[in-house]
Amino acid sequence: MPTTAELLVNDLSVHFGGLKAVNQVSFSLKAQALAGLIGPNGAGKTTIFNALTGLCPVSGGEISFNNRRLTNQPPHTIARWGVARTFQNIRLFKNLTVLDNLRIAYHKNRQYSLVCTLLRLPPFSREEARITAQAREVLDLVGLADKANHLAGSLPYGEQRRVEIARALMLSPKLLLLDEPAAGMNPQETLELLELIRRLRDELEITILLIEHDMKLVMNLCEQLFVLDYGHLIASGDPKSIQRNRRVVEAYLGGNRP
Amino acid sequence: MQKLRSLLKIALLLLLYGGVRFLEGSGLLLPYHVQVLSLACINIILVVSLNLINGFTGQFSIGHAGFFAIGAYLSAYLTVRVQAPFVPALICGGILAGLAGLAVGLPALRLRGDYLAISTLGFGEIIRVIILNTPAVGGAKGFSGIPKYTTFGLAYLTAIITVVAIRNFVSSDYGRACMAVREDEIAAESLGVNSTYFKVLAFALGAFFAGTAGGLFAHYLQYLAPTPNQIGFVKSIDILIMLVLGGLGSLTGSILAAIILTIIPEFLRGFAEYRMIIYPLLLIIVMLRRPTGLLAGRELSLDSVLDFWKGAKARAHNS
Repeated sequence: MPTTAELLVNDLSVHFGGLKAVNQVSFSLKAQALAGLIGPNGAGKTTIFNALTGLCPVSGGEISFNNRRLTNQPPHTIARWGVARTFQNIRLFKNLTVLDNLRIAYHKNRQYSLVCTLLRLPPFSREEARITAQAREVLDLVGLADKANHLAGSLPYGEQRRVEIARALMLSPKLLLLDEPAAGMNPQETLELLELIRRLRDELEITILLIEHDMKLVMNLCEQLFVLDYGHLIASGDPKSIQRNRRVVEAYLGGNRP
Repeated sequence: MQKLRSLLKIALLLLLYGGVRFLEGSGLLLPYHVQVLSLACINIILVVSLNLINGFTGQFSIGHAGFFAIGAYLSAYLTVRVQAPFVPALICGGILAGLAGLAVGLPALRLRGDYLAISTLGFGEIIRVIILNTPAVGGAKGFSGIPKYTTFGLAYLTAIITVVAIRNFVSSDYGRACMAVREDEIAAESLGVNSTYFKVLAFALGAFFAGTAGGLFAHYLQYLAPTPNQIGFVKSIDILIMLVLGGLGSLTGSILAAIILTIIPEFLRGFAEYRMIIYPLLLIIVMLRRPTGLLAGRELSLDSVLDFWKGAKARAHNS
């Protein structure tokens, strides 16, 4: 039996004071799903990502992943359990090299001890070589092998987004959350990104959930969509049915609300 | 090639030591000069260990003299009152300072920026006031009669060990995790880095080395006074100035600045009161010309010097 990576979100609520940013949202993802989370600005999409990765406190409801309860766990624990993410406003370590950005994310698998480090014993050098090789392999996968020694902050926007994805992959995640991966990319870059995301799902067998405003990308790529509006989940299903959904059209274009 | 360069580095360090001892023996370097050089070594330990906390982990601490004081007084207490051998006393001083770092770090490192700076400053003063009111270590009279165990060689060796250990730390996964916390704590957490753990670890490790420096200092000058100049906030600021002047995040910068700023005030002794004008002026000029410090974020290495030399030779050959 293959390992089933399954995300279950049950009645999730996130309140900031009186503001109900996310209100009783429930959905689930099967292993190796490729799903999208869409909705107008301020609908609560990023807040759901923050709740899933432990970056903001959950006011109510349950999140579980692979039978582990993620609700209100510290972010680094959730990351160690195989949930990796990228950020809407890219959060690379700008003053470090691309290679170091990736090597940092290998942290949870590091095999040497503090004593080994301070005395630079042989296991240290062996492991460092392994980490570097792994980082170069992942860079190769996203097509940035030649940028390894550039400072992350010096790369163009589109490449920074790919570095961030590569960095998330260094965690060897089972669930990858991408927050607007195509923002600021030109059509050509978006097309390459689409190919990349598909390949990641198929070759690395990971579950992917993404937030995106580029509807062409979303409709072409995702097999399953969840639509949020004012913190409520208003629709879910395959792209075709979402496009025809009356409430979704209203949320995006406005309409006569009952 | 790599082995050869390591051997070359060791040879250079031995040569430097041999040179100092030779000049000392031939009378060219007076005991006063050797004392300045030994204090420079102790300052190197302090600045490099503070660099781990402020420069690499990005936690702005200005209570480093507190750890220095703990190491100095405990090791002196052990050798004077308990008649303990020197090296174990030195290590005990370092360990207690490290534990103090752990105890202070856990609550204080929840704070950021100015708030962290002020609370570490407060910690340093608390240590000084506790010492001031402890008769067992001389209280306000100061702690005298400490045996002179520290030699230039020992200070030099400890400085090398500190620099190598911290270099090894920062160029490992541990160091990368610390730098990740400095650059972006949220991103670091989302990559599985426990930011609290690494802040406290860097703090405790830095404190350990500062405590060791304190032990060396106590057994060199043979007298400790609980004044702000020697173990209080003035000392903390001195270390901080060396760190900033050398450049945050650069170990060679710290070493360079520690040496320069230990020696310059001694040179300026000839100018009497003007010393306190010339020294800050020098600092202001350097900060205006190089706001990020002498070697911010970069390292001066034997390899780069050798490469530069080779490059120059190749260029000369080609033309």
